[in-house]
Amino acid sequence: MLQQVFKSPQKRSVFRELIFKEIEDLGISSIGIVAFISFFVGGVVVIQTALNLESPLTPKYLIGYASRESLILEFSPTLISIILAGKVGSYITSSIGTMRVTEQIDALEVMGINSLNHLVLPKIIANVFFYPFVIIISITLGILGGWTAGIITDLVTSNDYLIGIRSDFEPFHVTYSLIKTAVFAFVIATIPAYHGFYVKGGAIEVGKASTRSVVWTSIVIIVLNYFLTQMLLGK
Amino acid sequence: MIEITNIYKEFDATPVLKGISATFENGKTSLVIGQSGSGKTVLLKCMLGLLSPEKGDICYDGRHYDDMTGDEKRDLRKEIGMVFQGGALFDSSTVEENVMFPLKMFTHQPYNEMLERVNFVLQRVNLENVNNKYPDELSGGMQKRVAIARAIVMNPKYLFCDEPNSGLDPNTAIIIDNLIQEITQEYNITTIINSHDMNSVMEIGEKIIFLKNGVKEWEGTSYDIFRTDNKAITDFVYSSNLFKKVREAQLKENK
Repeated sequence: MLQQVFKSPQKRSVFRELIFKEIEDLGISSIGIVAFISFFVGGVVVIQTALNLESPLTPKYLIGYASRESLILEFSPTLISIILAGKVGSYITSSIGTMRVTEQIDALEVMGINSLNHLVLPKIIANVFFYPFVIIISITLGILGGWTAGIITDLVTSNDYLIGIRSDFEPFHVTYSLIKTAVFAFVIATIPAYHGFYVKGGAIEVGKASTRSVVWTSIVIIVLNYFLTQMLLGK
Repeated sequence: MIEITNIYKEFDATPVLKGISATFENGKTSLVIGQSGSGKTVLLKCMLGLLSPEKGDICYDGRHYDDMTGDEKRDLRKEIGMVFQGGALFDSSTVEENVMFPLKMFTHQPYNEMLERVNFVLQRVNLENVNNKYPDELSGGMQKRVAIARAIVMNPKYLFCDEPNSGLDPNTAIIIDNLIQEITQEYNITTIINSHDMNSVMEIGEKIIFLKNGVKEWEGTSYDIFRTDNKAITDFVYSSNLFKKVREAQLKENK
């Protein structure tokens, strides 16, 4: 499958159009939900961290520091990717699966078009190159959400929080986060595409394939998360 | 001309096509008929390269399909137009985008020229003012006509139609049949239609191949079909009450 997917596109101008369409369908359309979730989860992370720091000797700026680290290292790249596996993965499986059962993929093949390359490669490129931006937005809004929650609940002062998010900043953690995101983006495009492309039957099978693809994509993301963390951060 | 020789195809050790051979001539409308499950669609998909037969040869104007490289197969497919049973129109694209799609993929024409060609073929299938509509905004007959327009937009040498009038009312079905036959003759295309519709057989069947359980049972013209003694085909043709009555009337006349 991947060998066919990564063949050179048959018409570059059409391929370019497809990439922009996929960026819109898979990336831009996900920004709203990612922003909403990130902002509120950022707030929850700050509240929970603050409530768990009971010792008066622990400096308050650690709330900002811990929130920043959890957002950059885990919440934004991994949890948001799992959410996108549900939203985008089911969309990819159902759209390609419907094309399969309504013979639209056969129509492409009969025309002499490499359907795997035409349908899947633009999704992979759109995901791999656009999702890192989505994750940067998620990290930013998560930190903003935490700041807002900290001020509203009076659990941490604005000054402490800002000191916290700037202290001991390790730029490689952002690189690590973006590397993970790019790998997960590839998984989010390919596993659902596989399940959609090879679906057989009708509407019910497309629905089942969507569910299966979300489950497998989530499992693969979790397992890869473990190995990538070990590879990139382990000593 | 398309020649198929001794085509065998099986699924999970169940044979579906058992040694089918036939010749389909240029400028003629050939019909492959038979009951559901007789192997018509599988035969069509084997000829199109969507399925690989276990045995047999498919030859397009002297070009043997099995001997072709991947690129040659892809080039051959540019000479093929296909009308699928359900139309297989891209549902997220407008009629204009659907019909223009092969031109965009395989030609370097400027947009205006492509649009001119799209409008020409849409007019040819008697469709107007539908360019910006989506497939689900069209009736079944209109969708079939868009599918025909898309199939002929590249001036194909070979046109395949899988049950082009299934799900259509008798009048629309006749319009679609006649349209396919006109286009076949006008552009000297080799046209192969899968059907189990006896009206199509009567209207446009210049050559008819009858399949039963994956075997070619009979071959002839629409003239021959009412005069044959082959039991399998008479059972198929006269399974309809209307044709039974026609047959009885004919027999009475002959007496």
